[in-house]
Amino acid sequence: MEERSVLSIPVTKNDHFQGPFDAPVTLVEYGDYECPHCGRAYPIVKEVQKKMGARLRFVFRNFPLTNAHPNAELAAESAEAAGSQGKFWEMHDLLYENQETLGGELVQSLAKDLNLNLKKFVDDIETRKFKEHVKKDFMGGVKSGVNGTPGFFIKDVRYDDSWDPDTLSSILEAAAQNQSKMRRTPG
Amino acid sequence: MTALKVGATAPEFTLPSTPDQKVSLSEFRGRPVVLVFYPADWSPVCGDQLGLYTELKDEFAKFNAEILGISVDGSWCHLEFAKDRRYPFPLLSDFEPKGATAKAYGVYREKEGISERALFVLDREGIVRWSFVSPVGINPGADGILKALEQLNK
Repeated sequence: MEERSVLSIPVTKNDHFQGPFDAPVTLVEYGDYECPHCGRAYPIVKEVQKKMGARLRFVFRNFPLTNAHPNAELAAESAEAAGSQGKFWEMHDLLYENQETLGGELVQSLAKDLNLNLKKFVDDIETRKFKEHVKKDFMGGVKSGVNGTPGFFIKDVRYDDSWDPDTLSSILEAAAQNQSKMRRTPG
Repeated sequence: MTALKVGATAPEFTLPSTPDQKVSLSEFRGRPVVLVFYPADWSPVCGDQLGLYTELKDEFAKFNAEILGISVDGSWCHLEFAKDRRYPFPLLSDFEPKGATAKAYGVYREKEGISERALFVLDREGIVRWSFVSPVGINPGADGILKALEQLNK
């Protein structure tokens, strides 16, 4: 009688997404910038995105486990702050690529590297402008059954199997093909 | 072994929470209680699961709910584990007689000598209102617990 955990917050254009909005399959990740598993998943997702191109939409939402990861919340708010200046994915990538040195200094130097308006960025971090946003992502994840990070959803259903590159891309490919078939079915 | 059904009175227990302190279920009468049976301290899934509940401390507090972790590990082991992970809730030791509480709740795995990964939400009177037995290797998350706590308030 186990129910499958289903994404409770639908993906909208307000989400951070890569790939076409109407791609045949969507991979949602609930992630933590300080989580080593997410760090391992980062290049894998990139590889799968490259392989699938326009057949995949990738969405990232925040799920910082702050008790275990003291810098995860700051990192999440930094990515959102960068996002408000149009550089969410650039910051997202740099945070994962510099996971080992996460912290206040790193996020500021990344903000500089990305040519963000530094004053606004620092202000947004200091006033915790994106605290609520991150919390909303987190609680949405909890209510959808996210049980740890990375928490993946494929076609709105929680994905608990292996996310090694081959398995993940073959599952996503199958889901994408299924979707195109369904679309071709009249009526 | 079948887990205790919804509607059943949760069996009373008194278990060590530290090497020199004990906790009884009846102490929490008047508040919702979430019992988190898990197979073992230090195993990766348990860690993530309890870490998630730690993150949700404020959410559980909204319901005035008490979280109690229970495994067959000894209290010295619990002590180090809780300290290392900074868990804000007690970890109870179902150590002697081994697994007696897990057995009373129908969630003991005789063959391995550990408890199932099982959740019980008890209402203010100590009646089981929701339960869930997860595959041992899968973290059940918190959505079911939160839904059950919301239901209690209706």
